Amino acid sequence: MAKKNKNPLHTSRRTFFKQSAVLAAVAVTPSTVLEAAENRTFDKAAYALEQVPITLSINGKVQKVMVEPRVTLLDLLREQLGLTGTKKGCDHGQCGACTIHIDGRRVNSCLTLAIMQEGREITTIEGLANGEELHPMQAAFIKHDGLQCGYCTPGQIMSAVACVNEGHTNNDFEIREFMSGNLCRCGAYPNIVNAIKEVAQ
Amino acid sequence: MKLFQYHRPTDTQSALDLFQKNEGAQYIAGATNLLDLMKKDIVAPDHLIDISRLPLNSIQNGPLGVTIGALALNSDVAMHQIITQQYPLVAQALLAGASPQLRNMATVGGNILQRTRCPYFYDIAMPCNKRQPGSGCGAKEGFNRMSAIFGASDSCVAVHPSDLCVALAALDATITVKSAKQERIIDFKDFHRLPGNTPEKDNILEKGELITSITIPKNNFTKFHNYMKVRDRASYAFALVSVAVAFEIKDSVILDARIALGGVAHKPWRAYEAEAYLKGKSDSENSFKAAAALVVKEAKPLTHNAFKVKMAEQTVLAAMLAIFN
Repeated sequence: MAKKNKNPLHTSRRTFFKQSAVLAAVAVTPSTVLEAAENRTFDKAAYALEQVPITLSINGKVQKVMVEPRVTLLDLLREQLGLTGTKKGCDHGQCGACTIHIDGRRVNSCLTLAIMQEGREITTIEGLANGEELHPMQAAFIKHDGLQCGYCTPGQIMSAVACVNEGHTNNDFEIREFMSGNLCRCGAYPNIVNAIKEVAQ
Repeated sequence: MKLFQYHRPTDTQSALDLFQKNEGAQYIAGATNLLDLMKKDIVAPDHLIDISRLPLNSIQNGPLGVTIGALALNSDVAMHQIITQQYPLVAQALLAGASPQLRNMATVGGNILQRTRCPYFYDIAMPCNKRQPGSGCGAKEGFNRMSAIFGASDSCVAVHPSDLCVALAALDATITVKSAKQERIIDFKDFHRLPGNTPEKDNILEKGELITSITIPKNNFTKFHNYMKVRDRASYAFALVSVAVAFEIKDSVILDARIALGGVAHKPWRAYEAEAYLKGKSDSENSFKAAAALVVKEAKPLTHNAFKVKMAEQTVLAAMLAIFN
């Protein structure tokens, strides 16, 4: 029977960091640092940097998670917490597919580090429905056919809910302007505007 | 992305001290531009100092004008009553920039410090003196449709991307910055630089200095002002050309005029000569036409952006005429 293995990916990454640190130290730094590297202090530092415990409220549930400081909120949601409703489109704040709410305000989750949002209330598309009952915006998107391929839809809906809450729905022009941060390559825009208009009424 | 040590100070002095103590430190607030740059390894700090929770986000009227904390969010500033009623040009410029999501994250200080969106700055396979001093400018002989028509150098033809800054330049705002040692106030017109031979420096901020607030002096421009932005699509794009205009007018005579442009230079571009020309003139289409021509008199277009010269002139004129129609 095979021995229970530690996460091999994690191990190899840490080994890599340790080796890189030693190599870099050899190249540019005085002997004290080199000594530190040999005494495994770099390894310890890398570990401290790699995983930090943070507490977040996600869709009404307080959760304690370990995050590496470099992880975006989007990647935490999708890769660590399995909340894949929030989509990664461009990963550079240009498409809006990753739109979520932080403390009730819509933001691009790809452009913030998870660690920066410690203690905040996060709402994703998964947190919108009330049990089996769809949020009115979700229902309106279905009714008005506000999607085609559906990839941008979670971001569109999260943005649309905020757009209504903010009161930027006085006419079609205003809705389009305040939904401009969410791109739809299928071009479902007219139906998205109709869905938002219905919910805003 | 390079590994970094994350710090989150809760007061300004601690943030300044942390910066001074740690080599390779970088402040982060809204993150909307910086995190992008970090993902591409264009900026690679060893220490990331998260200043987003410092108490620097108030918006307050004082004897000199309104003071806006550096960490006030773009969306909060754009919707604040003091701004919409007394400084509507600022609200207009803010709402012309980015998207609602980004405005909910981006701070005023970060907006002022955002980097150019020149494609050669972001493509690490290309030469760029701003990203890597001495490597050359890819845009000058390359694809320079979006590049500068004023104040560029052989080293750099990039433009400053902000909309807010165009309004702040027009309104003679000041920027308050703090370091571990001192506090100083910088006139907006002096804050951003022209590229010269050192395009890696966007502004005159010194290492470790932190923008804590901006102040916009009281003005008489609430009645006659406009921010007009021309871009490749109707919304959510950087400016080809943008224009902030503001007038103080009495009995059809222009007492004071401000004209600033975005998307045309390495810094928000004030058209001082055209402003001077308009003072004392009547608020007629002919005055505005002559002023618009003066704005672009010194323009020096590149291979692909000559259209911007005409566009700048026409946008200045259109922005002025729209105030009265």
